[in-house]
Amino acid sequence: MKRFSRKRSLGDSIFSITNGIFMLLVMVVTLYPFLNTIAVSFNNGLDTIRGGIYLWPREWTLQNYVSVFQNPNLTQAAFISVARTVVGTVVQLFCTAMLAYVLSRKEYMFNKLVTTLFVMTMYFSGGLIPGYMLIKQVGLLNSFWVYIIPGLIGVFNMIVIRTYIQGLSEGLIESAKMDGAGDFRIFMRIVLPLSKPVLATVALFIAVGQWNSWFDSMLYTAGNRNLTTLQYELMKLLSSATSQGGTVNVDSFKNVTNMVTPVSIRAAITVVTAMPIVLLYPFLQKYFVTGLTIGGVKE
Amino acid sequence: MAKKELQPSLKTSHIPAGTSWIGYNLSRMKSQRQLMWMSFPFIAFIAIFAYGPLWGWLMAFQNYRPGIGFMEQDWVGLDHFRTLFTDPTFLRVIRNTLAMSLISLFLGFVGSIGLALLLNELRMILFKRVVQTVSYLPHFLSWIIVTGIVANVLSTETGIVNVLLTKLGLIDAPINFFAEPKYFWGIVGLSSMWKEIGWGTIIYLAAMASINPSLYEAASIDGAGRFRKMFNVTLPSIKPTIIILLIINVGNVLNAGFEIQYLLGNGLVQDVSETIDIFVLKYGINLGNYSLATAAGIFKSVVSLVLIFIANGIAKSLGEERLI
Repeated sequence: MKRFSRKRSLGDSIFSITNGIFMLLVMVVTLYPFLNTIAVSFNNGLDTIRGGIYLWPREWTLQNYVSVFQNPNLTQAAFISVARTVVGTVVQLFCTAMLAYVLSRKEYMFNKLVTTLFVMTMYFSGGLIPGYMLIKQVGLLNSFWVYIIPGLIGVFNMIVIRTYIQGLSEGLIESAKMDGAGDFRIFMRIVLPLSKPVLATVALFIAVGQWNSWFDSMLYTAGNRNLTTLQYELMKLLSSATSQGGTVNVDSFKNVTNMVTPVSIRAAITVVTAMPIVLLYPFLQKYFVTGLTIGGVKE
Repeated sequence: MAKKELQPSLKTSHIPAGTSWIGYNLSRMKSQRQLMWMSFPFIAFIAIFAYGPLWGWLMAFQNYRPGIGFMEQDWVGLDHFRTLFTDPTFLRVIRNTLAMSLISLFLGFVGSIGLALLLNELRMILFKRVVQTVSYLPHFLSWIIVTGIVANVLSTETGIVNVLLTKLGLIDAPINFFAEPKYFWGIVGLSSMWKEIGWGTIIYLAAMASINPSLYEAASIDGAGRFRKMFNVTLPSIKPTIIILLIINVGNVLNAGFEIQYLLGNGLVQDVSETIDIFVLKYGINLGNYSLATAAGIFKSVVSLVLIFIANGIAKSLGEERLI
């Protein structure tokens, strides 16, 4: 192919250039809103209202962030968000992987039945109200564990891991069995270490899901301010400001200075909430593309 | 796509002579008791958390009042369903759900396939990787952050869209995008597209990577240019992937619609923004009408399930891999 590259036609070059420009445009459209939000978050709140802040702050200030971090509600919410992300990721990853291992064993007697039971839940559920009543009945309402237990198994993630495990060498597992290892031991000592790429992918999915979720917080823990998450607190601030055209209750932030406005506070919290993901994901990206392609659409 | 491995059949013919069916299965259970122990907690889990709430469906056929036992409630048959289907609010809610779902589906498909085709044509690998990394990013942000960003971009005073439109002389006064119902569906569709377009390309790019290069060489020899190759080689080669994704999404038509509508909606655009899920939340949790909300939820689940079976049937008849 390389040999012909000199003979590229004019049309070909025009296509390449247009395509390149289009891709730059895609990047601008994707990145600009972030960069703008970051710029606003570092800009003096009152000055922002005058408009004209694009990619760079005009009047630098850290006041917005100081206000955010001095708000006791938000620091508590951030703690809960971190806690649920860490605990949730570890527990859910382990449970999902263990079930995936069991269902990857062809000799497992209830393989088909259990697989069907889990896959079915991808397509329907009891619904919001019956689900809420169940959570209430089992005593998870206003408890930290409501973030962990109901999501113990992610069915899609389970299928992705199972597909990966099925691709591992069967001989390895057979020979471990010959040596007298039980299934649990094989799972812990052989399958888990060999599945690192797919586990990293799924861990990213679970962590992002945990970090981003707010609906469970609104539904199940709104009665207990000590358990709400960062996203939910952000949602309360945003929904009071953005769409209704009303104003955020900034009084709780005003003890520091009167330089903050709803817009600047919103930008600062958005940056704080998005930052962990933005920082983490480039490192895990190389895993998820391969991980997903393996698990893929199949089944 | 690789053929499915043959599962060892569990038919009775495998039972060794002289053993009973029960005895055979008991001994099998014993030989795999570790697998049994490993799976038991999860079976219990799904029984409680996924299938347990299905009992709650009975509420839709009662006038449910909290504080009374489940079986002592008043039974009202299909009354709540009748109320639903004669309620203009509910009919509007169905329309909204379908409309926004289909708009997002269409934009998502066209956008992702188009972007994947163009990414596939990029010759500079580094540049391609940078574009991909950037375009995946919004997928990982919560809808709360994304709607915050959308509100910022469309804001009347400082939003970039209004600034640009004014500077280009296309409008005289800034548009208040969130106050006018006619813009709402478009905002929802484009926001979803912005969030998911990059992520959607992954699966198509993977499919494109597995296309046999000799097809392109043959097309070149026949004198095909870049465009022709895109339309006559790349696109037909990823057709199976497109179809299977389309079919999977059909079953989710009624599911696609809660977060963004809830977060971006407001009193002014309520008539076009409310979806079935928001209806359920409003009637169930906020107004305490558990029975009506459950009936609406059942309607959604049943329709989704029917759609999935139809989609599955179509997939089978097209000779594609089945979903379920």
